[in-house]
Amino acid sequence: MSSSHNQSDTSATSGACAVRASGVEKSFGSGDSKVSVLRGVDMETRLGELVLLMGPSGCGKTTLISALCGTLNIDAGRIELLGRDLASFGASERVRFRGQHVGFVFQQFNLIPTLSAMENVSIPCLLTGGSDREAEERAGHWLDAVGLGSHIDSFPREMSGGQQQRVAIARALVHEPDLLICDEPTAALDTSTGRTVMELLKTVATRPNRSVIIVTHDQRIEGYADRIIEMEDGRIRASRAAHPASVAGGTSISGPPT
Amino acid sequence: MRGLSKIAWKMLVRERAKFSILVFALGFCTLLIVQQASIFCGLMFWTTANLRNFNAPIWVVDQQVEDPNATVALRNIEVERVRSVSGVGWAYPLFLGNLSARLSNGQQQTVQMVGIDATSLVGRPMQMRSGRVEDLRLPDAVIVDRQVETFFSRKGVTLRIGSLFEINDRRAQVVGFCDTAASFAGQPCVFSTFDRALDYAPPQRTQLSAILVAPSPGVSTGELVTRINRLKGLHAIERDAFFWQTIRFYVETSGIPISFGTVVVLGVVVGIAVAGQTFYLFVNDNLRYLAALKAMGATNGRLAMMVASQAANVGFLGFGLGSGVAALFGFGALKDPDFPFILPWLVIAFAAAITVFICLVSGAIAFRRIATIEPATVFK
Repeated sequence: MSSSHNQSDTSATSGACAVRASGVEKSFGSGDSKVSVLRGVDMETRLGELVLLMGPSGCGKTTLISALCGTLNIDAGRIELLGRDLASFGASERVRFRGQHVGFVFQQFNLIPTLSAMENVSIPCLLTGGSDREAEERAGHWLDAVGLGSHIDSFPREMSGGQQQRVAIARALVHEPDLLICDEPTAALDTSTGRTVMELLKTVATRPNRSVIIVTHDQRIEGYADRIIEMEDGRIRASRAAHPASVAGGTSISGPPT
Repeated sequence: MRGLSKIAWKMLVRERAKFSILVFALGFCTLLIVQQASIFCGLMFWTTANLRNFNAPIWVVDQQVEDPNATVALRNIEVERVRSVSGVGWAYPLFLGNLSARLSNGQQQTVQMVGIDATSLVGRPMQMRSGRVEDLRLPDAVIVDRQVETFFSRKGVTLRIGSLFEINDRRAQVVGFCDTAASFAGQPCVFSTFDRALDYAPPQRTQLSAILVAPSPGVSTGELVTRINRLKGLHAIERDAFFWQTIRFYVETSGIPISFGTVVVLGVVVGIAVAGQTFYLFVNDNLRYLAALKAMGATNGRLAMMVASQAANVGFLGFGLGSGVAALFGFGALKDPDFPFILPWLVIAFAAAITVFICLVSGAIAFRRIATIEPATVFK
């Protein structure tokens, strides 16, 4: 399972560098229609911290996280993920590494509609080589952890947006990734549900040996972050510590032992 | 099933419309292939009816003869020439000819006259339903098969033992009823003795259709065939070899394989078109989720395995459905001996291979789409 990989492949300790990007450039198109989206991005996140990546639409946030997790090739620069240079991986090796060490929460949840909550959540375990039984046990545990223990057989269409995002969070965490990337996790949710999801991410996802990067332009969730990185026009404009969290009383859901 | 294969299977099965279309498309294709190929096999089997009706290990015919349904007459003396070959256990003449029978109500019916040796009765009907084969030796005696009964009955004449009709204006009296193998031409068989058959037939210089031969004890049929083939103008052939030569002859010279082959090819084309398109639609509808799986660490190899698992399972179900319905059709068909239907394992194997081919092509069409998905699209 991934947790053992985490320990063997990477030195995952609190405060260590999770992601480091230096001089990252990425452009789309060619000739006159070439658009530079990332223009020499330098940034770093550490294990144990929850980072918000913020900025206006079109500033390159999504492109940056795509590059950071290795789903998008960069034109120039260097990205280190958990101490490994992404450029040193072959294509398949990179996909496997991502499967073992990175979890994703998407804006549109992307739960497979024909699979139950349990089946959706078990997929990352199966992708990392877990057995059916192990995957089901872990999926059940994480669905409990996000407060959906009674919905394991429910299908996405039978759940509210908030419940679906909680299932997505369980799916992102079930294989104990070192890096959790959340792309606008509250954008499709109302304020109250968005707050619940953020509280869940803060209490369940944050671990000393895990870095959480949340892409958002929702300033209402700033209080959940340890650090905020602001982007503008394909560059990092500022990186600052967040104000003390205003979410001290978050949900009482507890994550599984790590 | 386990792991991702199980997940892939659930994804497909729970899309009931697409799943049903896939299974029915493959089932229909298999049914077409198995049913049409079985009828083709049945028809080809029918072409060898004479070989099975007049059981002899070796047939001796004119060198020009390619199938036992179209013999070229030999001189009667050839029987003695064959008997003179060392190792011949017995050799008896056989007459086969299409003659016109006139029923008691004046209607005409073409029949295949079979003349067998009166003494040995070699070439006798394999299965008597009533009467005694030995009664063929009685004056004007004939034994008729079920087809004769059916054809005469259609023309208003019910045959019984003792019934009379005419063949080429000569009297024929029914002394027995027999079963014969259904034949390709579907002509009814009337058995008589060799000499009397020659009397029924229009006079010709040569009238011997074939010589039925068996080796002496201790002589192999292959060896005896070699020895007889040294005789000028004669062609000896073992029954099994003649069987396959006959089938080959009809496959090569008739349009039957083209007709049945066209149906089979259409079945394959329809199968690929429907299954391929449905698989493609399935993948297309799930593109977002497949991109998410790629982002989450599913390699192209893993996804290919998932698609292969779906295709294999759907193929298995479709093949089972199609071949099952075809077998049921066959059970029904076999109740009617006049329906050509033989379902050998080779047909099943052929249909299975075609199903695998369709699944491979359909899976490949679907996978091509998956392989081009960029996992980064999931963030857009």
